[in-house]
Amino acid sequence: MSIEYLGLSEINGPLIALEGVQDASYEEIVEVTIDGKKKELGRIIECYEDKAVIQVFGGTDNMSLRNTHTKLTGHPMEIALSPEILGRTFNGIGQPIDGLGEVESDIHRNVNGQPLNPVMREYPRNYIRTGFSAIDGLTTLIRGQKLPIFSGNGLPHDQLAAQLVRQASLGEDSDEEFAIVFAAMGVKHDVAEFFRRAFEESGVSEHVTMFLNLANDPVVERLITPRVALTAAEYLAFECNMHILVILTDMTSFAEAMREVSSSKGEIPSRKGYPGYLYSELATIYERAGIVQGINGSVTQIPILTMPNDDITHPIPDLTGYITEGQIVLDRVLNGQGVYPPINVLPSLSRLMKDGIGEGYTRGDHQALSNQLFSSYAKVGDARALASVIGEDELSPIDKKYLLFGKAFEERFVGQGSEDNRTIQTTLDIGWELLGMLPREELDRIDTKILDQYYKPQTEEA
Amino acid sequence: MNKTGVIYGINGPVVYLKGNTEFKMAEMVYVGRERLVGEIIGLNKGRTTIQVYEETTGIKPGELVEGTGAPISVMLAPGILNNIYDGIERPLSEIAKDGGAYINRGTVVDSLDMEKLWKAHMTVKPGTRVSGGTIICEVQETTAILHKVMVPPDMEGTIVKVMPDGEYTIRDTIAVLQHDDGSEQELTMLQKWPIRVPRPTRKRYPASKPLITGQRILDTLFPIAKGGTAAVPGGFGTGKTMTQHQIAKWSDADIIIYIGCGERGNEMTQVLEEFGELIDPKTGNPLMDRTALIANTSNMPVAAREASIYTGITLAEYYRDMGYDVAIMADSTSRWAEALRELSGRLEEMPAEEGFPAYLASRLSAFYERAGLMLNLNGTEGSVSIIGAVSPQGGDFSEPVTQNTKRFVRCFWGLDKSLAYARHFPAIHWLTSYSEYTSDLAPWYKDHVSKDFMDCRNRIMVLLNQECSLMEIVKLIGSDVLPDDQKLVLEIARVIRLGFLQQNAFHPDDTCVPMEKQMKMMQIILYLYDKARALIALNMPMSVLKSENIFERVIAIKYDVPNNQLEDFEGYREEIDAFYERVLEKNA
Repeated sequence: MSIEYLGLSEINGPLIALEGVQDASYEEIVEVTIDGKKKELGRIIECYEDKAVIQVFGGTDNMSLRNTHTKLTGHPMEIALSPEILGRTFNGIGQPIDGLGEVESDIHRNVNGQPLNPVMREYPRNYIRTGFSAIDGLTTLIRGQKLPIFSGNGLPHDQLAAQLVRQASLGEDSDEEFAIVFAAMGVKHDVAEFFRRAFEESGVSEHVTMFLNLANDPVVERLITPRVALTAAEYLAFECNMHILVILTDMTSFAEAMREVSSSKGEIPSRKGYPGYLYSELATIYERAGIVQGINGSVTQIPILTMPNDDITHPIPDLTGYITEGQIVLDRVLNGQGVYPPINVLPSLSRLMKDGIGEGYTRGDHQALSNQLFSSYAKVGDARALASVIGEDELSPIDKKYLLFGKAFEERFVGQGSEDNRTIQTTLDIGWELLGMLPREELDRIDTKILDQYYKPQTEEA
Repeated sequence: MNKTGVIYGINGPVVYLKGNTEFKMAEMVYVGRERLVGEIIGLNKGRTTIQVYEETTGIKPGELVEGTGAPISVMLAPGILNNIYDGIERPLSEIAKDGGAYINRGTVVDSLDMEKLWKAHMTVKPGTRVSGGTIICEVQETTAILHKVMVPPDMEGTIVKVMPDGEYTIRDTIAVLQHDDGSEQELTMLQKWPIRVPRPTRKRYPASKPLITGQRILDTLFPIAKGGTAAVPGGFGTGKTMTQHQIAKWSDADIIIYIGCGERGNEMTQVLEEFGELIDPKTGNPLMDRTALIANTSNMPVAAREASIYTGITLAEYYRDMGYDVAIMADSTSRWAEALRELSGRLEEMPAEEGFPAYLASRLSAFYERAGLMLNLNGTEGSVSIIGAVSPQGGDFSEPVTQNTKRFVRCFWGLDKSLAYARHFPAIHWLTSYSEYTSDLAPWYKDHVSKDFMDCRNRIMVLLNQECSLMEIVKLIGSDVLPDDQKLVLEIARVIRLGFLQQNAFHPDDTCVPMEKQMKMMQIILYLYDKARALIALNMPMSVLKSENIFERVIAIKYDVPNNQLEDFEGYREEIDAFYERVLEKNA
């Protein structure tokens, strides 16, 4: 028997206050019925002796101080889980929207999750071949990693993510179960549709669980969407022993929703109006990637975020970069030059790469080669800057070589078709071929032995 | 009977009680039915404020809060090393035994193993006059470290009874102390100390010895003293954590306390794995034998993150009291500052810069001032060095945490994004970094390395600075137009950057380089510079000099000369002489 409370004492944006409540607990879920018909879920975000402040996921439209019934459910936000959720589509708070009915299961999990104990984690070492040279060669993705894509509006991050799913899912060890959890926060209908089609075309849609909060869906729901998705992912990975790739798009909308709610709560803002706990909130999401000892499953996260005004120092990409294990940065200039994928390799990084490549994983020369490519490509930038001041003709011969190298690197190593699925061998061989354009004494990051084995200087433009 | 109160309101990690509950400031309390650990952070007539070190989901107004009568403390006894704790000294491996892969709330575990028998050797006799810090017993805690059990700092009296040598748990009485008023107190190996109070010492010494890290740019250009403080600021991906790992692995401190404060879970797993396998070059024991880890990853409760820094430094001070040199890695202090900001926001305090509370600076200074080379109460000498990573937002060093940290540390190792992009590691920028210890440590370097050390170091710094100003010109008009002597400066600076400053953490020899080799490398580079300059003075063009591969040979010294074959350096000196003669002959 649960008590229903009539009416509210205050409505402010997505927040409502209820007075005279008994036995409300912090973060408990409540059901609000408006006019006896429409039901909305909410969460208690502050509670005092007889007053509770509730955040309503679906928004407070049509509510008045008199027309609501509020019921406490007695538990925090939970979702029902079973292996059957694969192939299904849910809304942002985990309710089915594909018309196939509720998920029937006794297993309910709290969406807030719990921190994974560092001593129980297994350090990720198994690389995932994505078929992109720029990723495989220079910012290798590792199973159990969280590797975001920093993008901007109008850049092809969606195509990149979709292709990544298609190519990564076709890995060699197909005996292991692989599935995708896709969470959309505040994305456009077209984007959601694009992903749905992409999953269908690559034949993985029975292995995809989608959580969709679209651009015109309630803003507050977005705060729950990634948690619901990750709870599903953790269940599939650690209880059903599957390898899960989680795609979260767009984290910028998530952070913006947080700012909106924070300001309606009247909290003290820190940078650019975002609440002081933005870092902690992002961390509780990103840290839910990893591998647990003794369990044959993993959660790999690829969050996508659009950098407002392409600014990588904006709080959202900035804090994300501090939490995630690297980042893949897309670049507008490369995109303008028709390079696909337009990955700017210099600010891109994979922190787990060093332990998942080399002898026994990819190839012995991988680490040295990638260091050298990074270092040589960094010099291209200097040469270009100089050329823009004194003109290309005035450059020293070696700087001219760097210009050529830079162009070839962008076109042949980074650039590849949307159908091109390269093996690690191909990627590394292209890398060596490009280094061949530079004289040997410029290659200062590679051991002499490796150079002897792989370095083949290119004779003048063959 | 302990005092209790009733919960009135909950807002994130902050819980309010109504009325005057008679709790004390900073007292540790148990909150709610699940008995979550919390601390009193605010008291007034009408309201008591508590910060809770665990998630508060599901707590209800009306639940009880029970006081413990004591402030948040850590347990100090053998068994601390070779272990990993959360922010309030709960061992994570014990929590895992209870709760599996996830950290459950309200888990009650002992900080240290209470049952384990330690082989103890008593060092006092009945009748000995003892005071705070006197060593009463010695225990081999790990193969590397002899743990010295001390009389707690606030006690004084005469030992009236001592147990014989043998095996004891940390709770067994090992001696009885009689206070001057005649009352007796049983002493065990275990003592408690509140984390927010510095352990007392007799005197602070000025810095005189460097903490040798085996990293060339640190030891040679920007050394930190034992008992010193250093900040490592850098945007993401510039290698803060890597720098900290390298120091934790190779520095010549006796004990390492590594605090992962609000950082990645996988990183702590990596430290655990790697340090368990790596061997300390000094003692031949696993590195974990001298290490204690404190892991409060970014997804663990924010209040415990605030406490983790203090837990770490208290453990460090305890080992310092035994006469050890302790180094603390705090990764990262920005996360700690953000935890302060978050709690401050929940308390609705008036914010100062960028939402940080106004007391940020005083908290930072109080933390860094707990470092130092000390004369302990028991007459031994020990040190605590703090190396704090700072994660400035947007890599912008003008933000409040970096700026305030800069005021209280004497060593600043600024990491640079463009160096990191070019994969020049360690990406410590030689122009923005500084060390105020350089002159304090000059006598040590003179006595223990070479009397030329400081001269060489200064010449290297001058060359790097010259390169910087020359690069301004090169950026505008290209390098071809420079006169040959300036081209030589650029070339030598390149040799210094690639051959000396850049260091490969994954190369077996290059990951840690002894002082002697660092000195010899500097000498060879400067010798090459002197010889080449003599050639330029004889009007030899730079292009001729560069046609020889001598510069590349010197750059490769870091890989080609093993750390234990320093006699090879003579060969390089001869090569340079030969190069000099050859160029002279060819172009006479």
